[in-house]
Amino acid sequence: MFALVDGNNFYASCERVFNPALNNKPLVVLSNNDGCVIARSNEAKLLGIPMGAPAFEYQKLFDQNNVVVKSSNYALYGDMSNRMVNILRQFTPDLEVYSIDESFLQFKGFELFDLNKIGLEMRGRILKWIGIPVSIGLAETKALAKIANKIAKKFPEHTNSVYSIDTEEKRIKALNWTEISDVWGIGRRISKKLQAIGVHNAYQFTQLPDEFVRTQFSVVGLRLKNELEGKSVLQLEEIQPKKNIATTRSFDKMISDLSELKERVSTYSSMCAEKLRRQNSHCNHLMVFIHTNPFREDLPQYSRNIIVKLPYPSNSSITLSQYATKGLEAIFKEGFAYKKAGVIVGGITPSKDYQINLFTNENPNHKELMATIDRLNKKIGSKKLKLASQDPVRTWKMRREKLSPNYTTDINDVIKVKA
Amino acid sequence: MKSEVLEFFIPDDSNIIEIPLASSSISAGFPSPADDFQEDKISLDKYVVKNKDATFYASLKGTSMIDTGFDEGDILVIDRSLEPTDNKIAVCFVDGDFTVKRVKVTTDGAWLLPYNKDLKPIKITEENTFIIWGIVTYIVKKVI
Repeated sequence: MFALVDGNNFYASCERVFNPALNNKPLVVLSNNDGCVIARSNEAKLLGIPMGAPAFEYQKLFDQNNVVVKSSNYALYGDMSNRMVNILRQFTPDLEVYSIDESFLQFKGFELFDLNKIGLEMRGRILKWIGIPVSIGLAETKALAKIANKIAKKFPEHTNSVYSIDTEEKRIKALNWTEISDVWGIGRRISKKLQAIGVHNAYQFTQLPDEFVRTQFSVVGLRLKNELEGKSVLQLEEIQPKKNIATTRSFDKMISDLSELKERVSTYSSMCAEKLRRQNSHCNHLMVFIHTNPFREDLPQYSRNIIVKLPYPSNSSITLSQYATKGLEAIFKEGFAYKKAGVIVGGITPSKDYQINLFTNENPNHKELMATIDRLNKKIGSKKLKLASQDPVRTWKMRREKLSPNYTTDINDVIKVKA
Repeated sequence: MKSEVLEFFIPDDSNIIEIPLASSSISAGFPSPADDFQEDKISLDKYVVKNKDATFYASLKGTSMIDTGFDEGDILVIDRSLEPTDNKIAVCFVDGDFTVKRVKVTTDGAWLLPYNKDLKPIKITEENTFIIWGIVTYIVKKVI
């Protein structure tokens, strides 16, 4: 059996643990730089605030309805997420952290146990220990567990937020209830294609012939069909190095000047390089993008990206910064007010599998130099030691006007209690 | 013909475990007799935190618990996994504020008992929003 456990409105719930006055009040959490809504309490959902709502567009609605607005506090959410995963590991060793607020659990050899009861126990323990309400879906496959989770979340009073698809009858009922666009792994394009041939729910999808699904939607589609039929083909995925690492930011003000943009891109690529070094890997290519502010329709718009293939795998800040800057020069156009830029590195390979190129290789001194930079930055505080192409004074100022304290990670920020 | 394969193995240093070096140098003569008695260092964290996933900290303001040694500025160690039985000292959330008191649960409701001879017990009624947030297990005090 698989279980999918996920925190209800996770970021909003984290905020409420340390400020219970927010219970039962509409609450939204904004993305980095206070851009748009990335988490909503149930009360905020009822007000019709959609996911991704731009904060400035909804400011009036927030004010009129006394919606509490919070900047995202990833130090807090990350710590609470780790605690949640640790508690779940007490129930089974087989666990896959799927995202910051979702984990898949596998129960092998639990045939004689009442898993629904174990589910309720997991929910109770997480709620008591860290104050986060979770929903739990149980089923024979990961795709079905995902659906069971949705049912648990949709009908908390009937299910006590734990639902298990453990009979054929429940499976068919659940699949009929699930719209095709809500099925895990079915994107907008594929769901349109399916709706065009009369497939509107998950059950109808499972009634298509295997061969048809394979030719139309590849082996991935067929695997999904099997999963929905109750044949487990997707296993728990072990932790693997990230496939892409990105550092992207909106600027606090518009930037039109190439040299200023170069400084930003150089900083972002250095940050990517640092992340690569932290997980002992190299990248083979990188992408640079820039764009103007799409909400400023009064201004001319421009957006472009470019992929730069590196001559050799690298995790050196110097190399990444050099090639990212070259990429930027190739796509930059005068006369636009840029709002956002980013660097995404890909083709990530573990450092231990490093392929030596016959003709060009990285200056071997970089490795030593980077290790020294990392060590010094760790000692004297991060980001003190930079490349010359980075602004020595500028530190990234994220707009986080409604940031809550770091209740769990900074001793000066712990909750204040009156005696 | 069987071809020769030369394989290089690069050590994976992603999981370095640092082990304290226990042995003293032997070249200078007699080895230290203390080497056989190397023990773990004392960890206050381990002593004070019994359940790390359920433990949170708070800092204290006010004087309602002064007679039992709770002073302003003390750090409270709070374990949320414990039950509020036996009149334990708990951090509670009452009508919009966190407060710390001894909690007594009776058949007709809960009482918050201060430790300050000038203050009276507080009765919690249905009118109050009341949450027992966690149980205080230790206080950390600065002396100098």
